[in-house]
Amino acid sequence: MKVLNYIASFVILSFILISYTTEKANYKPHKLLKNKELQESIKRGNQIYSDFCMSCHLPNGKGIKNTYPPLANSDYLKNNRKASIKGLKYGLKGEISVNGNIYNSYMSPMGLSDDEIADVMNYINHSWRNDYGKIVTEKEVHEIIK
Amino acid sequence: MAVILNKKHNFIFLKTNIMKQFKFLFIISFISLSACAQKNKSTVEAEAPTDINYTTEIVVPELDIPWGFVFLPDGALLITEKTGELIHFKNGKKTIIEGLPEVFLRGQGGLLDIELHPDYSKNGWLYITYASSDGEGEGGNTALIRAKLNDNKLTAIEHLYKASPNSKLPYHFGSRIEFDNDGFLYFSIGERGNRDENPQDVTRDCGKIYRLNADGSIPKDNPFVTTPNAKTAIFSYGHRNPQGMVKHPETGKIWVHEHGPRGGDEINIIQKGKNFGWPIISYGINYSGTTFTEKTALPGMEQPLFYWVPSIAPSGMTFITSNIYPNWKGNLLVGSLKFQYIERLVLNNNKVIKREKLLEGMGRVRNVRQGPDGYIYAALEGVGIVKIVPNK
Repeated sequence: MKVLNYIASFVILSFILISYTTEKANYKPHKLLKNKELQESIKRGNQIYSDFCMSCHLPNGKGIKNTYPPLANSDYLKNNRKASIKGLKYGLKGEISVNGNIYNSYMSPMGLSDDEIADVMNYINHSWRNDYGKIVTEKEVHEIIK
Repeated sequence: MAVILNKKHNFIFLKTNIMKQFKFLFIISFISLSACAQKNKSTVEAEAPTDINYTTEIVVPELDIPWGFVFLPDGALLITEKTGELIHFKNGKKTIIEGLPEVFLRGQGGLLDIELHPDYSKNGWLYITYASSDGEGEGGNTALIRAKLNDNKLTAIEHLYKASPNSKLPYHFGSRIEFDNDGFLYFSIGERGNRDENPQDVTRDCGKIYRLNADGSIPKDNPFVTTPNAKTAIFSYGHRNPQGMVKHPETGKIWVHEHGPRGGDEINIIQKGKNFGWPIISYGINYSGTTFTEKTALPGMEQPLFYWVPSIAPSGMTFITSNIYPNWKGNLLVGSLKFQYIERLVLNNNKVIKREKLLEGMGRVRNVRQGPDGYIYAALEGVGIVKIVPNK
């Protein structure tokens, strides 16, 4: 009986631990956010992500190798802030290299407004352990032209 | 002493609590495992061809999302790009046609299908569906217009239908247009992401196949003309997101396919006033893996002619009626966005008996049609329009 208890506690503990860490990885940036504005934007961005991005880039942001590039731990996203915003605003065409793999699928413009693009960029930049740069604002998106 | 007792008591309490939790977790895992289970797979699986007896030839290069295309009597093509461009293509030259109404571009919505009136060469009517923000409320919904083409411009535009209410949701606009042998016009609108309100309610738009006269008026014998508050243009309901529609070359009946969620894409032959079941019955499950209905059949709801599990994300469809392709006559072709191939479905007495993959890996297939010359043309995203040429 005692052994069973130990096993049970172990199973439960690992279950809680695993669900906690995966939840964490899915929905929260790895750093505590102090900036309320950014937090609010990320929250709205989460909904935009589910509606417009998730079917290709998947809930875990990992995409599909050689077809839809990853957003989680993505060197492209990290190093090409302006091009990423531009891609969301006007579509993204042509070859890009992401984490050493070549992607050449067309991403069409989704018809998002500037504030929605800012929100979803903030969500993507601060999810799945990403921590890419300062807050993207509506003004910054507005100023990026074709 | 009291403290020790209390501790002991706590420990016992913890133990029983853990046992309870253990049972609870076991039950939860069991439920979630069974909820993740796929429903029945398709009755026939798609195969790779044993040998490939055709080549492809790019007819119109460099298109992004070529949703619809038609062949004009002079050999030109009219192509709708989802982002809102209507392209005229002749002798290798693309011209943008002006005068389209404003297109509401959001998610899956944009400029959608195009079709010619069966007597186009006499009357010049073109029919176009697109997402529009006309009317009240934020967002948009699917609209149908007809117009004529004059000097690279759309003229004489008539607004024939606009679904309401507008919605900012980016999902399920449809749309395809087709005419039957009696001159009725059919077009589809998806349920606009409002699964639980739209498709089963004939007083609401969306999640429906519509039937109109060619001038946009409601046919007198439409099924819901006497139903109080009904949208009288509705011909059938309980659809999710139909993006393929074609007239059967022999029976003249309208065949439609629609996207399911995860699994449960369907082919249906449309029947007047019938309920095709979404979302009360379905062979699909939620994208997350949970179920929204256990039922795949109920009285009063139509069974599909065929269902796809897993989903192929079907778009565009055509029957092969020409003799150009050996052994393919009478087959149904369906584009797959998800797996990037054209599915050739061999039918026997309205049953699918074989599925074969064509043009695999060339791009997401948005549309497929047989041209007036009998050849098969496919619109591939990011590629353009290609022609399938059989080997001699």
